[in-house]
Order: sequence, then structure tokens, then C-alpha cells
Amino acid sequence: MSLKITKTPKCYVGGAFIRSESGRVYEIHRSSGEFHANIPRCTRKDVRNAVEAAAKAGAGWAKRTPYNRAQILYRLAEMLEARAPEMTAAIALHGTAPDAAAKEVRATIDRIVHFAGWADKYEQVLGSVNPVASPHFNFTVTEPMGIVGILAPENAPLLALMTLILPAITAGNSVVALASHAAPYPSILLGEMLATSDLPGGVVNLLTGERKEMLPTFATHEHLRAVAATATKDEATALQQGAAESVKRVILHDPKSDWFSSSHDSPYAIRDFTEAKTVWHPIGA
Amino acid sequence: MTAPALRRLLDEIGPVDAVGIEERVAKFTTRSIKKQSKLFGLRLAVTMVDLTTLEGKDTPGKVASLCQKALFPHEGDIPKVAAVCVYPSMVKHAAKHVKGKGVKIASVATAFPSGQAPLKTRLAEVRQAVADGADEIDMVINRGAFLEGELALVQDEIVQVREACGDATLKVILETSELETYDHIRAASFLAMRVLRPGDFIKTSTGKTSANATLGNNQVMIEAIRDFYLATGTEIAMKPAGGIRTAKQALQFLIAVKETLGDAWLNNARYRFGASSLLNDLLRQLETQRTGAYQAPYTFSDDSTGY
Repeated sequence: MSLKITKTPKCYVGGAFIRSESGRVYEIHRSSGEFHANIPRCTRKDVRNAVEAAAKAGAGWAKRTPYNRAQILYRLAEMLEARAPEMTAAIALHGTAPDAAAKEVRATIDRIVHFAGWADKYEQVLGSVNPVASPHFNFTVTEPMGIVGILAPENAPLLALMTLILPAITAGNSVVALASHAAPYPSILLGEMLATSDLPGGVVNLLTGERKEMLPTFATHEHLRAVAATATKDEATALQQGAAESVKRVILHDPKSDWFSSSHDSPYAIRDFTEAKTVWHPIGA
Repeated sequence: MTAPALRRLLDEIGPVDAVGIEERVAKFTTRSIKKQSKLFGLRLAVTMVDLTTLEGKDTPGKVASLCQKALFPHEGDIPKVAAVCVYPSMVKHAAKHVKGKGVKIASVATAFPSGQAPLKTRLAEVRQAVADGADEIDMVINRGAFLEGELALVQDEIVQVREACGDATLKVILETSELETYDHIRAASFLAMRVLRPGDFIKTSTGKTSANATLGNNQVMIEAIRDFYLATGTEIAMKPAGGIRTAKQALQFLIAVKETLGDAWLNNARYRFGASSLLNDLLRQLETQRTGAYQAPYTFSDDSTGY
């Protein structure tokens, strides 16, 4: 007779698997109602720690060549592909039908590969050479913003989360993301795949827990340069007020968005997480 | 093998219970310091900083910006730091900026950080630094002699440096990482304290070796200060240096002081932090407390990245 070993779900922060600093957890149940696991219930201090981790990793990630970023994102797709059945089960655990869960994993892999392709091409689309009325060669290039906060929606716990994360990291930003509260297990598994994907630790940090406990910190933290979120009207107001104080960009998505739609496959999603730098270069007469 | 002279000294002052010390200091990191007490601790820590730059690339300009940072760490109601700490050649440049403005000038002397120079040279360095305007001298002890058991030699050198200091405060760097054991740290602390004047310091490290100030060696030294005070009534001050980079660490060190030496040592005449990046983290936490929003590190002016 063998003993059943149950897994402790942990958050992926700074390349390590952590519990919440508070030690708190919340229970998740299978669709049958049976207890499944205790998920970390992170706090604003966990957000702070994750931002520190993201700051540490950010400079190195931003300096990688776009080609290298593309390879690493592609590698992430490989890792997800290899463990697709496990991820499908993790999504189905929260009540999604197995077929639909498999479809979500498939769509996520496709989207990762899609953005991997954009990594060394978006600059050609978003950058420009600008005609000016003086003897200058004037051009605009994009640069990553820094650290981006992500508040993922409750539904499509893998696809929506990755749809928000991918444009940010493709552009060379690092990310602190809060996963779906009701369906956090795919994000736990995603952390394990990120850990083996060659993505430097700290570039993507995944937290779980109650959104209302952490949202004010996402809004006001001065070191976060942008927040991408699906939000209710009240949440959007809170985010925008906090963001105004700390001068950060807020990118709001419709909670009813069809995450499978190809409208999410776009280099203009990457533009949301870049700063434009324009250079005036004298060229003489 | 312990040298006979060291053995005799240890018999006299008693050894250190290493496991006990580790367990004691582990408890300091579990205290919950919130709200008013946290603010008090952070502000106190700012006033205790010896803002330091000790690099080969130091220039008068860099020292000037360090002095500016020491006098006005950040906008708003932020106190000055205790002192700036520079190499002897930079003392006269620092003096132009902070003399008479409530920030002292500390200078490392005696062939810092190794101390491997003839005594005559080391003493001349001390005299020059004092003549240039240093209020405090940070000396290194002769670790080689200490480990060989030449305790009298170590002590004599401290006395001679003390004489060379004149009115300047003396800080004796034990360089704990090179003393190897807690017993040695305690012995070296007593060796120095017995020839120091009230108000002189013992200091953990140079910040130039791999291991720096830890709660453990800080605890061994402040317990030595306590035992020495109870035996003689002489009040010796303490300065941990190197490796203290976060406000959280600084608060843990202050807890150790509060619970070992009491309130009488919670001021910058009796306790200092040798640090450079610590100051900005303290300011960052103070701003977080004031505004309620976590701060970005680039909001605070940079001065140097020594230690």
C-alpha cells in the first residue's frame, strides 16, 4: 500500500515557490464539492515583496535581445505543451468542462507562440522614422516601462491571465500578477512551468488571494509603472485614483471579453506596455 | 589551538555560549514593530547612520554630494545623519561642507582596511586626519597579532592610536569576520574596551570582507559592553558596519540594543550604523509610512554605493 502525497500549492515569486508571508490560506474545492487544496491568501506585503523581486529581475530581462526573449517565450510554450493534460485537469478542476479546458490550454499555447513571434518584430511596427522640417534624422523607438501589475479576471483562469501577461513581458517588462480567486490552480501550475522555461526568476511573479485586499496596493505602489486589469466600475475607479497619484498607466479590459478572440493577438497590446523614445540626430545640410 | 594569553583572557571574562547567542538573536527578528514605534525606530536609525563612502574612486565631488545627503537626507521633516565616514585624504573636503553643521566627520585610518602598515605610518595617518578636521577616527586592530596571541601588542597599539586621536572619538574595528569565533570577538572587545575612554566605540567590521555585521556578532559585542559597564561603570559605544542595507535589519539591531543595553544606548552618541545604502531604505520606509503608498527606490537621491 502506498501513501498518497498531496501537493502544497505555492505562489511563484522571484523564481522561488513561496507561501504568503501572512501564512494565510483559503480552501478550494473540486466541482463535486470535495476539498482539494489550500491556496495561499497573499497580502499587500506579498505584493510589495513581489515588486522587489520584479525590480531585481527587470533590468536583466529588458537587456535581453528581442531574439532571446522570443526563444524563451517559445520555450514556455514547449513547457506548457508537455504538461497540457495536467493543465487541462487543473482548469477542469474548477468546473470547466474537460473539452473546454483542453481548448483553453490549446489557445494559450497558441497565444504564447504568437507573442514569441512578435518579440523581435513589434519594434518594426511600433517604432517609426519621423519626417521633420529641419536637418535631423528623427526616429522613435520603444522601451519597456518597468514593472507591470496584472489583475486577472475570474474566468478563463489560464488564457486570460496569460493574455494580460504576454504583451507586458514580450516588451521586456517584468510582471506582478494576481490570478483568479475562484480558479487559482492553473496559475499555481503555470508557476512551475515558468520555473523551467528559461524565463529569469522574478520576471513573472504570480500571486493568489483576495483581490480587494491587494487592489489598493496595486493602485498606489509607486514602483509599478502600469496596471492591466479587468475591473468592475468601483475597482476601476480605485485603480485610476491610485494610479493618478503615482502617475501610472491603467489598461482596463472588458470582463466580458472573449479571451479566445484573435483580437487579443496584436502588437498593439504590446504598445500598451512601452514608452516611446524619440531621438533627434543632426544630419547636416 | 588557543594561545595562552588568549586562554587566560577568556578565563577571566568568560566564554560565549554560541548556540545561546544564535537563539537569542533569532528572536529579535520576530518582534512586530508597528505604527508609532516603527516611526520612532526609523527616525532614530536615520540619526545613527555614519553615511559612508570608502572606495578607490572617491573624489572631492563625490564626497560633497555625500555631505549634502548627510545634511539633508530628503525633503520634509527628516533628521540629519550622525556623521559622514570617509578616507583620510577626503577629510579636508568633507570639512568644507559639514563642519559646524551638526554632522560629524569620521575617518577610517591606520591603513584601513588591512592595517598592514608600520605603526609609525598608521599613527601619522591618524594625526593627519585629526589635523584635517576629523571628529572621529575608525581604526582597525592588528588581527594577525591578535590571532597569534600577542594581546599586549594589540592593546598597546590601540593606546597609541588613542593618544594620537587627541580629543577625537576613537572607534576600534575588530573585523569580526577575521576573528573567526564568538569567543575571540568577546576577547577582542574586552581588550579594546579596557583601554578606551567613555564614549569611544567598538565596531564590528570594515565592510571590506565577505562577512560583515550580523545580529550574532553585534549581540556578542553589546553583551561585552554591558558586562564591562556593570563591572567598571565605563560606557562604551557600539557601531555595527557593513551588510546592513534594509530598514528592517536596522530595526532588528535596535531591538537588540534596547533589550540588551536599554534606552541609555538608544542615541547616536552610543550606537551607530556604518552604512550607505541603508539611509535610502530608511527614507523609503518613512515615506511609505507618511503617504501610505509603497515608494519606488528612484524617488530618493543616490549618493554612493560603497559598503
